[in-house]
Amino acid sequence: MALARAAPPRPALDPRRLLPLASVLVLLLLWAAAAAAAGSPRLLPGPAAVLEAAWTAAASGDLVRHLAATLARVAASFLIAMTLGTALGILMGRSALADDLGRPWLLLALNMPALVTIVLCYVWIGLTEAAAVTAVALNKIPNVAVTVREGARALDKGLQEMAQVFAVPRGRVLVHLVLPQLAPYLLAAARSGLALIWKIVLVVELLGRPSGVGFEIHTAFQLFDVATILAYALAFVAIVQLIEWQGFQPLARRLERWRR
Amino acid sequence: MAALTVELRAKRFPALGAAPAREVLGPLRLVVEVGETVAVLGPSGCGKTTLLNLVAGLDRDLEGRIERAPGPIGLVFQEPRLLPWRTVADNLRFVLGPLPDAEARIAAALAEVELADARELYASRLSLGMARRVALARAFIVRPSLVLLDEPFVSLDQPTAARLRLLVLDLLRRHRTTALLVTHEPREAVMLADRVLVLSGPPGRVRAVREVALDAAARRDPALVEAATRRLLADLLEPTSAVDAA
Repeated sequence: MALARAAPPRPALDPRRLLPLASVLVLLLLWAAAAAAAGSPRLLPGPAAVLEAAWTAAASGDLVRHLAATLARVAASFLIAMTLGTALGILMGRSALADDLGRPWLLLALNMPALVTIVLCYVWIGLTEAAAVTAVALNKIPNVAVTVREGARALDKGLQEMAQVFAVPRGRVLVHLVLPQLAPYLLAAARSGLALIWKIVLVVELLGRPSGVGFEIHTAFQLFDVATILAYALAFVAIVQLIEWQGFQPLARRLERWRR
Repeated sequence: MAALTVELRAKRFPALGAAPAREVLGPLRLVVEVGETVAVLGPSGCGKTTLLNLVAGLDRDLEGRIERAPGPIGLVFQEPRLLPWRTVADNLRFVLGPLPDAEARIAAALAEVELADARELYASRLSLGMARRVALARAFIVRPSLVLLDEPFVSLDQPTAARLRLLVLDLLRRHRTTALLVTHEPREAVMLADRVLVLSGPPGRVRAVREVALDAAARRDPALVEAATRRLLADLLEPTSAVDAA
């Protein structure tokens, strides 16, 4: 039967898979052409110059040191924001009282400019690592809470009743019943969270930390060293993409396995 | 002491938006003795599931009282209500918890419902018939003092439903479990229950109570079950029936 026939095997070089690669190549070519046309390696260095700047920074150990410092801050604020935001989101999604009380705070937090939170944290806590991480986490918690709240509202009532009748303890309900249903929401919050957090971490570093990609970009800015700025930015973009490929994508596949 | 005593004056659903408050169950008295299986038979909408929810403690808003012997409840919902993202064995482990003999009990429970081979399958991959059997295993694995069955055979094809009924019959007898079954199928009630409570409604009221005098072997014989069902229905249609007049 026509409908039962298997799909034709994929060609080894699927053109659909080559397209993104081609698109990156076009971007590099456009960049190189623009750099050549500008004729000012200081203002707009080409790909080769940026690669050279990255190589210099890597050879001196600076690149790794600053990337590591930034990554550590990203990881710390990410974990704090995900934990607190998830707890808050579940609470607000499950309890109408918590939702009513929390909503105005959430609205305020969501609309507070990141810069204000950062400056206030530095003023009130001091120019410390704790202040930096707190500022970034505070910026992200409301987004996580809003996303997770949606998930908590959509929890299956039938399964909840089942757990209630069988008197399943709360901890087990959370791990096996609630969190698997929240997984897509948590994953969405984590993915958008990582992208947001590392950008805010750079601002925090620029304003008050003696290390990290943000600090290096600040230094390079004062020296008008555009190649170094781009080298650090692209290095971090590469790392974030690596986390997506090696972390989030396999995790998403694992979490979705039961859907066949 | 009875395993379950229900003395209901009324069960009302509160007004919701434009819909006025309504009475779903009227005066209702029901006593289930230990080891007995009672079927609540009635048309859809007569409050059968509501009654089950009250007994299970999922709904505590009632006029009257419900008393239950201590011990866990095993509830088989109309839909299997398994955790789709967990395996069959994990679904049983979910209600059982980390007991020292958990693995042995899971293996035994799955063998009883003929699903030993399915233990590592995700619940999302089961057919409805298999999922229902897992739900049955889940209800019995907690060694319940009372099993509640809410139309456990609906939406199944005839042969599957028939096999499942025999399975429930076996499980109830082997575990000597007290059970309350809710169904709209007279045959099902006759085959499984020692006593049938016939509801009319809505609002649900007891129209008749009938003993089913079939021994274990007769319950496995479709012809005898059919005959007993016809007798029950004829009796219910008889206007001068003693219980109806009461």
